[in-house]
Amino acid sequence: MSDIINLTLSALINKIKKKELSSQEITNAYIARAEKSKDLNTYITTDFENAIKKAKKFDEKGNFDYKLPGVPIAIKDLFCTNNLKTTAGSKILSNFIPSYESTVTQHLWDEGAILLGKLNCDEFAMGSSNETSFFGNVESPVGKRVVPGGSSGGSASALAAKLTPTTIGTDTGGSIRQPASFTGTVGLKPTYGSCSRYGIVAFASSLDQAGPMTQDVSDAALMLDVISKYDTKDSTSVNFKRGDYFKSLSSNIKGKKIGIPKEYRVDGMPREIESLWQDGITLLKKLGAKIIDISLPHTKYALPAYYIVAPAEASSNLARYDGVKYGYRSEGESLISMYENTRSEGFGDEVKRRIMIGTYVLSSGYYDAYYLKAQKIRRLIKNDFDEAYKSVDAILTPSTPSSAFKIGDKTDDPVSMYLNDIFTVPVNLSGLPAISIPAGKDKNNYPLGLQLIGKAFEEQNLLDISYSMERELSFKNNLQDWWIK
Amino acid sequence: MSIDLKTIKHIAKLSRISIDDKKAKELEKDLNSIFEFIEVLNKVDTKKVDPLTSIAETSLKLRGDEVKTKNIREQILKNSPDKNKDFFVVPKVVE
Repeated sequence: MSDIINLTLSALINKIKKKELSSQEITNAYIARAEKSKDLNTYITTDFENAIKKAKKFDEKGNFDYKLPGVPIAIKDLFCTNNLKTTAGSKILSNFIPSYESTVTQHLWDEGAILLGKLNCDEFAMGSSNETSFFGNVESPVGKRVVPGGSSGGSASALAAKLTPTTIGTDTGGSIRQPASFTGTVGLKPTYGSCSRYGIVAFASSLDQAGPMTQDVSDAALMLDVISKYDTKDSTSVNFKRGDYFKSLSSNIKGKKIGIPKEYRVDGMPREIESLWQDGITLLKKLGAKIIDISLPHTKYALPAYYIVAPAEASSNLARYDGVKYGYRSEGESLISMYENTRSEGFGDEVKRRIMIGTYVLSSGYYDAYYLKAQKIRRLIKNDFDEAYKSVDAILTPSTPSSAFKIGDKTDDPVSMYLNDIFTVPVNLSGLPAISIPAGKDKNNYPLGLQLIGKAFEEQNLLDISYSMERELSFKNNLQDWWIK
Repeated sequence: MSIDLKTIKHIAKLSRISIDDKKAKELEKDLNSIFEFIEVLNKVDTKKVDPLTSIAETSLKLRGDEVKTKNIREQILKNSPDKNKDFFVVPKVVE
């Protein structure tokens, strides 16, 4: 059984196809481990009984040509699952049972995957440490009382702790890449418009994007093959020619031009991050890539602009939670006081803060000064990337300005928490694809990630570069299973 | 500029979130520190810049207005915190 959980997704699929392992054996192995790993608090809802039934059914008459034949997968609880509770980590949706399936999860099941359950996340994906969830903190397997990052914290923790062979998260400002970096896993945010947003609980619609979180780069390519598809149910889905990412994976990156943006060398960045970045540059040179110094001059304005755009869109998206058609309701003497009490009790502090910021920047008299201004800055940030991509194929940066921190360390100061996403946010504002790969460890033995940012719709290039780096880095988490009961 | 307590209460009202005085004071502190952080944007000259409203920047496609889901009334109503037959129930609006 310990062999099963140590296999990568692609290795697992090979064993299933060769009939060396059954879907039931695999599903049972992950369930057994999850039962012993409750202290990490990764799951909000488990669907184990159904998973075992589906695995049995697959073993009896499954299609072995599927891309994910009988593979059990746990997913972030931001994806709506038909007939299974979907909470978005919030009290206000704590009893919500969708009557439809998100497009991205439907693609998983259509390729033979089996749902294990729904993973913890920051409330409405608003957070960088999984500490805003109504269902409690998630602990990272990399250390006791250490945050897994966020908002896809339950996904990152479950993946690193080997409770699921792969998972999917969502990334609005870094919510896939930052937790991947904190837990020594691979996280890919595809180009905006690649993966359908249909059925994903909306946070900031112009930034949200689903993506794979995996043990290695080939697994990420395999998952992208499954979930990146044009969808008429998402009005911003883009109908472009998608690659055959897994099959086309190549480690030959000779002659590729990689940009190093000087603006990402921020004040107070720990030396270990600086040297991680430097080592990444040296490695790329060794692999035959050409390193080019570039400038992204508006980088420092990305995070402030994000904290106008994202809350503005959130305040509008979250207006639907009024206690009438679904979700939590509190009583009130009038309709308005029912709304106000429902939203006051149903939302947590961070969500309320962001709704308030968003409402303020969109309110009469402030729209031009804040929201319009932020959208103009957003244009300048995207222009920076467009300019850089005239001379480079991809950009290398650290994924985060620090390694994982302890639970409670940053909860008193919202701005210090926001700074976690300083290297990831510009990518969302520009709609670009980016991947975080584990590249080293800090003095506490906590993982550190490097981020590669690509050109829009050129995920293959990004996967090839990170694949070639991964082979040389040979990163290992070497977790001690301290949380197992 | 700073956001005062009166403005905080006004935004809370617009947001349909009830807050007491203690919460309003906390939010005053948090929102001011966040807006202080955002102020840096004023240093950028954006007079000649067009706002970027969407990355896709394409016009939305049209589709036929067709019903594609069937018989989910029960499922939908099941999620409602208060219902009466086929209706959602809210506190009395008209006297």
